[in-house]
Amino acid sequence: MSSVSPCDIYIMKKLQYERPLIQRLNTGLMNKFGMRTEYAPVSHIDDVSVKKLLADFGSPLFVISEKTIRNTYKEVNRAFKTRYPKVQFAWSYKTNYINAVCNVFHQEGSWGEVVSGFEYQKAIQNGVPGNKVIFNGPDKTDEDLTAAIKNNSPIHIDHLDELYRLTELAEELKARPNVAIRVNMDTGIYPIWDRFGFNYENGQAWDAINKIILADKLELIGLHCHIGTFMLSPSAYGIAAGKMSDLALGIKRKFKRDIQYIDMGGGFASKNTLKGSYLQGADSNPNFDQFAEAITTAILNAGFGKDELPLLILETGRALIDEAGFLLGTVISNKRLSDGRRATIMDFGVNIMFTSFWYDHKISPAQEFSNYTEDCVLYGPLCMNIDVIRENVTLPPLKKDDQVVVHNVGAYNMTQWMQFISLRPAVVMIDIQSKPHLIRKRETLSSIESSEVMPEYLAKFKL
Amino acid sequence: MKIKKNIALSDTGFVFNPSTGDSFSVNPIGLEILRKLKDNEPHEKIKKHLLDSYSTDADSVEKDFYDFTKMLEQLQLTEADAK
Amino acid sequence: MPSKKVTVAVTGLNNVDSPGPGIPVIRGLLDSKEYDVRIIGLSYDALEPGIYMHELVAKTYQIPLPSAGIASIMERLKHINSVEKIDVIIPNFDAELYNFIKMAPVLEKELGIKSFLPTMEQFEERHKANLSDFGEKYGIKVPKSKMIFSTAEIASLTKDFTYPLVVKGKFYDASVAYSPEQAAQYFNKISAKWGLPIIIQQFTYGTEVNVTALGDGNGNTIGAVPMRKQVITDKGKAWAGITLEDEELLNITRKLIRNSKWRGPCELEMIKTNDGEYFLIEINPRTPAWIYLAVGAGQNHPEALLKMALGEKVKPFEHYDIGKMFIRYSYDMICDLKEFETISTLGEL
Repeated sequence: MSSVSPCDIYIMKKLQYERPLIQRLNTGLMNKFGMRTEYAPVSHIDDVSVKKLLADFGSPLFVISEKTIRNTYKEVNRAFKTRYPKVQFAWSYKTNYINAVCNVFHQEGSWGEVVSGFEYQKAIQNGVPGNKVIFNGPDKTDEDLTAAIKNNSPIHIDHLDELYRLTELAEELKARPNVAIRVNMDTGIYPIWDRFGFNYENGQAWDAINKIILADKLELIGLHCHIGTFMLSPSAYGIAAGKMSDLALGIKRKFKRDIQYIDMGGGFASKNTLKGSYLQGADSNPNFDQFAEAITTAILNAGFGKDELPLLILETGRALIDEAGFLLGTVISNKRLSDGRRATIMDFGVNIMFTSFWYDHKISPAQEFSNYTEDCVLYGPLCMNIDVIRENVTLPPLKKDDQVVVHNVGAYNMTQWMQFISLRPAVVMIDIQSKPHLIRKRETLSSIESSEVMPEYLAKFKL
Repeated sequence: MKIKKNIALSDTGFVFNPSTGDSFSVNPIGLEILRKLKDNEPHEKIKKHLLDSYSTDADSVEKDFYDFTKMLEQLQLTEADAK
Repeated sequence: MPSKKVTVAVTGLNNVDSPGPGIPVIRGLLDSKEYDVRIIGLSYDALEPGIYMHELVAKTYQIPLPSAGIASIMERLKHINSVEKIDVIIPNFDAELYNFIKMAPVLEKELGIKSFLPTMEQFEERHKANLSDFGEKYGIKVPKSKMIFSTAEIASLTKDFTYPLVVKGKFYDASVAYSPEQAAQYFNKISAKWGLPIIIQQFTYGTEVNVTALGDGNGNTIGAVPMRKQVITDKGKAWAGITLEDEELLNITRKLIRNSKWRGPCELEMIKTNDGEYFLIEINPRTPAWIYLAVGAGQNHPEALLKMALGEKVKPFEHYDIGKMFIRYSYDMICDLKEFETISTLGEL
């Protein structure tokens, strides 16, 4: 050897360590060739180092990419607005109601869409004008309805009891609330979500419309539907939009009045891969253009006059935020199960990543590895047997303190998470200049105990 | 613990057990350990070698070496009677 | 001597008792009088027999399973293409078609790899669950069928159906039920494996006949050869078969291809009833494993497919030999462990 650089000496001195691996060559299972993308390391999110984020804000940590939210919003907006003249999005609060997240959507022009008094208050406090907060859901208290009436918010009626109560309240308050009815229908997708709203096929929806218009106490301004969740079939939306248009045109024929809007709800699938599905969600799930094409074509072809086209409202939640959310975490330990499988225990579990019950979330290591991988089970840290993040995943040999990035966790996790066994982690938003901002603090013992009350006689004990 | 004498190791990390017909793949560090085990190097010496040549710590080497050799036993690549 | 050189990548090298169509497709390609074809095998498993058939396959590469996703597959194909410079790719498995149909424009634009596949719309609308709609849309008789979502729906089936019925899974599996009890039993068994819905189809008495066909995407049938299975394995695969003279069956095939503008190869599984009616049971959107019978009978579909992929105009076949038979056999190749080691550890051989 002629010359050796200092760098070579360093490498010669200590090689990079990797856990020794041996795997049976199973025929029928592809393991490593060309599978690089499955475990390609993700060391940065929007140019911010994962290592630094975890050092600064603790592990585990939810990270939201503002850039991804805004890009996704522009994408869905383009898909619909290039096909239909009047489109309005309303941010589905239940999908992710951290105020900073909501306000990114409001800045982009989204109204608010809420399903409880709690969410309603949040939207109003965030500064959304009352007439731009759509109030959905089966559970609205008198207090909620009164606030919504006073704020002129569109109230989407779910059942007859609500219709009657709202009529009474309107009289008491001497107001004329703006309402829509929620319609459920057969779109060829099963199960039919017929527990919400009034059925189209059996005439319930028409009955409700007749009752509202003939009683003349409420102002029927729209029609609302929401046909399902994680929908993989754009054509179902086409059928639904057709039936909604049919109702709107029926109202025009019978009562000579125009409906202001058709609200198609949400339910578009994100890029996640559902458990049990063979293909990757990112490849096979429909994109915004396909949903937009199905919906707008059905409305445009329904027979509305040129100037009578209703406003199209969309309450898409999941598909707008899922990809913008990441969960960063750290390996606690590795172990070998009795059947020889490798198990890796992470510091985050199903308590904060609820969606691992129905998705095979994509998980990437946050640091470089060689291209050797092994199959393993990923467990969360809870002392509960159900705490499984991935039943089977191919990853490089992770060791204690290695870090990982879970993808597509923006929807529902930061609302359905549980304060169970451990405290909920912090949430950070990375702005478009790649600057991280804390948008929800890590919980502390006092954030939980502040709502507990101790009876005097239980305050003391001796052991 | 001894590796069965007839186990074939190749440079590509292919391991073949002629008495069972099973084949396996190992990563480079796994291959290095297997070769040393086959040459009957004492375990302590192998671990020392790993610690000297790789950027790692004694705990990791101890734990991973134990796990790896347990896997070799489970995969029936070791002499059954030798402990 | 064929003069034009071309490199074709082919999947489906699993020439086993329930064979993939790769090897018969390759034999057709190698029979070409015009093209000097170099075959690159693409395999999913180190024991697919085609990997070791060096007289047919110049070199084989392992590729990731369809479930790994398009990004992984693209990356692997990029690597293979950088070494082998592939002109045309012929995927032969149902499960990989979705990805390949999606990737086709990118493969052609970025890597210069051409293909000739059904459109996504064609691929989707011929799914088992959609077969009734498909038949109605293109004027082909399909046994009455219905999707059901719970065993509670079985009791009312007799309004529209008479036993026996075929109980089918969304993607795979089918059993013939002779009573509601049996139907419920199969419902549970199949739904546990493949999920919902379950498809109930009227059982049709008659003879199963199959057609392998090739559409040009403009409604023209480039080739079509009907066949009846003479020996069937316990997996329901043909082990011997014979070409038929059946103008009616060919007319139905041409009609289906004309109306649907089918692009690429397909196999139609039909039942001919005792009254001479034809019912479409299933469409496979790819070449069947018995395709070499068509080649032997005078219609080299794989070669025609290659030409269409290359953008050449292909004249429809007008003739095939009636009464040509194929008899499948198995054959034990002797292979070296070294070869298995190479494909297993390096992913290519």
